[in-house]
Amino acid sequence: MTGRGLAFYLQLAFTILVSAFLIVPVALSMIAGVTANYLEGVSGGLTLDWVVKVWGLYRETIYLSMAIALACLAVTLVVGVPAAYVLARRPSAVTRAIEELLVMPVAIPGLATALALIVTYGGFRGFRTSWLFILVGHVLFTLPFMVRSVLAVLSTIDLKTLEEGAASLGAGPWQRFFGVVLPNCRSGILAGALMVVTLSVGEFNMTWLLHTPLTKTLPVGLADSYASMRLEIGSAYTLVFFVMIIPLLIAMQLAGRSSATRPAARRGGA
Amino acid sequence: MRRSDLFHDVVLIAPAAIVFGAFFLLPLVHLVMVGGSGPGGFAVYARILTDPLYLGSLISTVALSTAVTLATLAIAGVVGVFLSRNRFPGDALLVALLTLPLAFPGVVVGFLVIMLAGRQGLIGDISLWLFGDKLVFAYSMAGLFMGYVYFSIPRTVLTVMAAVEKLDPRLEEAARSLGAKPWHVVRDVIIPGLKPALLSAGAICFATAMGAFGTAFTLATRINVLPMTIYTEFTLQANIAVAAALSFFLGAVTWTALALARTAAGTSVAAAG
Repeated sequence: MTGRGLAFYLQLAFTILVSAFLIVPVALSMIAGVTANYLEGVSGGLTLDWVVKVWGLYRETIYLSMAIALACLAVTLVVGVPAAYVLARRPSAVTRAIEELLVMPVAIPGLATALALIVTYGGFRGFRTSWLFILVGHVLFTLPFMVRSVLAVLSTIDLKTLEEGAASLGAGPWQRFFGVVLPNCRSGILAGALMVVTLSVGEFNMTWLLHTPLTKTLPVGLADSYASMRLEIGSAYTLVFFVMIIPLLIAMQLAGRSSATRPAARRGGA
Repeated sequence: MRRSDLFHDVVLIAPAAIVFGAFFLLPLVHLVMVGGSGPGGFAVYARILTDPLYLGSLISTVALSTAVTLATLAIAGVVGVFLSRNRFPGDALLVALLTLPLAFPGVVVGFLVIMLAGRQGLIGDISLWLFGDKLVFAYSMAGLFMGYVYFSIPRTVLTVMAAVEKLDPRLEEAARSLGAKPWHVVRDVIIPGLKPALLSAGAICFATAMGAFGTAFTLATRINVLPMTIYTEFTLQANIAVAAALSFFLGAVTWTALALARTAAGTSVAAAG
């Protein structure tokens, strides 16, 4: 095409407008978290008082969210990676059906899954009131992302030839899994891991129903502060959340870019 | 394959099967049973579809989700095609900004809507300055619509961009050289080519909007969307049977939408190939 016509600039303006719609409120809330008084604006002075206050009030929720995210990552690695490997190894109607089932927790709203867990296991007091109850919800919700991500990488490599090669050299099934398969799906595991941690740290729909007063996660605390605290505290708390989650999101973008250079078969769906 | 291989595969997939069976399938079946355990038995499932309150909630949620899906597809379609077809300084930055909110939770998105359209919001300030009238719509269906479009844009832009990369630019050039106007190229070449991606992205949008709870929770408890109705029935009314039955409908709608879109996208892919 020669030159850039009006259409180009109209679309550019629209794209910038949409980006602004996404980014401006993030910036506003970050600023509100460090202004002494939001109504007076930045001219009223900047302060870290609100962040300090949030740390005092909600520190525990931050620790708990980190602990749950890491535990969730551990479980999805141990449970999800081997499952993805078996699904990739045996492409058949049965494994496709299993895959469909495994991704169902993404298709079913978290509220429904949480209610199902409560009516089924809510009677076990010790379990209901522990953080493990939230962990179960998070594992269900994030497992599909780990499985999908590893499957996407496995479907681009010639697993069969690799495994046959290893087997002909005398490697047993376990040796092949740990020595050949795992190193080959590193990028999928990394992408899946970033997704799992990010989603777990931000999960609210299920956690709001699964939590108890003693097991509050960060998003639960956020909802609490939005409802009962002044705007500056809610903003400061949101700022803390952004500081935790934005590096993860940027890492995800970078990981996505490096894997996009390969002709990876993207799996559609939820 | 050898028998030891089969054993090994079963061992590898067993943890997933156990976790999934015990904590997802079993509870879900139980939930459906609990729905039928109320005073009216399983008739509750039929009653919900005739009760004006519940039916109204279901219809308004479907309407809202449909509107969100169409708006998001239009916005993300334009932006996604534009960004993947044009190279200019700052394009990578725009992509990064547009996909940054990819995994923001609904509660936070609700708060961001308040920052824009709430009582102390930016839109209110601007409208006050321009028209002398403070525009506040965060705590209504319009605020919810804005929040849902907000969290649907990043994912949809990514899907559209990935799909555009796979389109054959030669088709567009051929159409252009045969005298097609730009709008005709969009309508007859680009949109049909993107159809599978738009269908699947649209279905995800729709399903997410149907089940979203955090945004509505932050904005107002009075907005009558299905997840809020379920939450109210469960906590305030302790009406567990109705909450369970409503959850069943919610899950059925979202799951069906995703399954239909996948089938439709699949067949159109096959037809194109």
